[in-house]
Amino acid sequence: MLQVENLKMQFGGLLAVDGVAFDVGDKQIVSVIGPNGAGKTTVFNCISGFYAPTGGSIKFQGEPIHGQADYRISRLGMVRTFQHVRLFNSMTVVENLLVAQHRHVNTNFFAGLFKTPDYRRREKEAMERAVYWLKKVNLLEHANREAGNLAYGQQRRLEIARCMVTEPKLLMLDEPAAGLNPKETKELDELILSLKEDYNISVLLIEHDMSLVMGISNSIVVINQGRPLALGTPDEIRNNAAVIKAYLGEA
Amino acid sequence: MSESLLYFVQQLLNGLTMGSAYALIAIGYTMVYGIIGMINFAHGEIYMISTYISFIAIAGLMMLGITWLPLLLILALIVAIAVASTFGWAVERVAYRPLRGGNRLIPLISAIGMSIVLQNYVALGQNNRDVAMPQLVKGGWLFGAEQGFEVSLSYMQLMIFVVTLIAMAILTLFISKSRTGRACRAVAQDMKMANLLGIDTNRVISMTFVIGAALAAVAGLLLGLYYGVANPFIGFIAGLKAFTAAVLGGIGSIPGAMLGGLILGTSESMTAAYLSTEYKDVVSFGLLVVILLFRPTGLLGKPEVEKI
Repeated sequence: MLQVENLKMQFGGLLAVDGVAFDVGDKQIVSVIGPNGAGKTTVFNCISGFYAPTGGSIKFQGEPIHGQADYRISRLGMVRTFQHVRLFNSMTVVENLLVAQHRHVNTNFFAGLFKTPDYRRREKEAMERAVYWLKKVNLLEHANREAGNLAYGQQRRLEIARCMVTEPKLLMLDEPAAGLNPKETKELDELILSLKEDYNISVLLIEHDMSLVMGISNSIVVINQGRPLALGTPDEIRNNAAVIKAYLGEA
Repeated sequence: MSESLLYFVQQLLNGLTMGSAYALIAIGYTMVYGIIGMINFAHGEIYMISTYISFIAIAGLMMLGITWLPLLLILALIVAIAVASTFGWAVERVAYRPLRGGNRLIPLISAIGMSIVLQNYVALGQNNRDVAMPQLVKGGWLFGAEQGFEVSLSYMQLMIFVVTLIAMAILTLFISKSRTGRACRAVAQDMKMANLLGIDTNRVISMTFVIGAALAAVAGLLLGLYYGVANPFIGFIAGLKAFTAAVLGGIGSIPGAMLGGLILGTSESMTAAYLSTEYKDVVSFGLLVVILLFRPTGLLGKPEVEKI
């Protein structure tokens, strides 16, 4: 589904990412891990079109996407979250989910002005999808609250729901468990697995919570100081000498 | 009612008339600021162009034999909105979009340039003397004559109120209910995120310019009819006043622009009535200073959140 080859990202004299390569297959959960400042988020930013990478190639479903406008990339079926929650805070919970479906709906100005039957039908579908996902992430009762007033864990879940209403093929989560308590982390764990199983999507994950990563990943990419350090299944990574060294430092 | 009270009522009516027109123009400033954080200094020129277009349209329609006033005005309004929207769209496309993503000051300078270009374009094409339009909406109500001072509410003033009210109501509904309005709010809050969710932000930004220009066109027609004259330089002072109204109400906030316009218009007419006409700008800009001292974000503005 996603092939990243020899990815390079240079900021002035700083080579933040150098030669990172990995694949994400269909219905797979792939985690990117590494010490702080290793360049994990930079890799994410390159893939999602936030940055135009200075070298290498990124293919999504066989199509090269590096350097394309971010809204185009997202329309191909790739959607992401950020380390810190970025909801539309002064809009209601349900509006957050409706606005994310903007591109699915006929947005012709006159269609909206005259409320054509086609427009109404699409609006209705958008609302149904929003309600479906609100139920799924347990936020239906908060549908008309302002998103900014939700509790932190709820905001995290809303963010994932907002990604899912866009019907992505690849979901990219940047530290989704950051700031969650162990119970919420476990729920998140189940949610991510169910997204993969029930909706046939792939997930690319940046995460520090090792129990989450080890538990759900099909494969793990380890990055250290911008360079790829290891690539393998959770078991392989757990026993990889270079990874242990990078995480624990030289003894 | 006593004579002085009637005098006050008259000034209030005059002030609210001007104020609602300021508010219509102010919305164009505030919406653009709310979305891309820039001041569109060429917006006043869009208003000026709309006045010219209205005059031309009315003259043209009358030549075609349309003399029934409501139809004439509605057709002129449609023409003015269509042309002004095209100008608004084109200005953004030509002068601002290519500069987006750079330093915030660059589009600002470009806006000032655009304002000069449009002003001179009209001055060259239409001559830089006043053009006049005969008074079309005549008459009104007079009351209070037996108390010594006659209050007049002209049909023209009433039309300005009513049309402004309708335009504001449509805008409010559009922003809060429609899909495009929802997208506008999302883009205003977090453009990058909106982009990542697949919203074509460039289209939303264009839409904002078009809406702002359409409202300026409404103001252009109404004030054109009210004053009966226009020249290529009316955009500057009208733009400055409307911008002041937008800042007063809290730039970025649509209800703020409405409120700011009304306050500005009223304070101007009150100053002109009770102090001196020469002092009206002093008082209205002084008011701006005082309000900003106590509420730096304007009356209804929210504290600015750093956009990433």
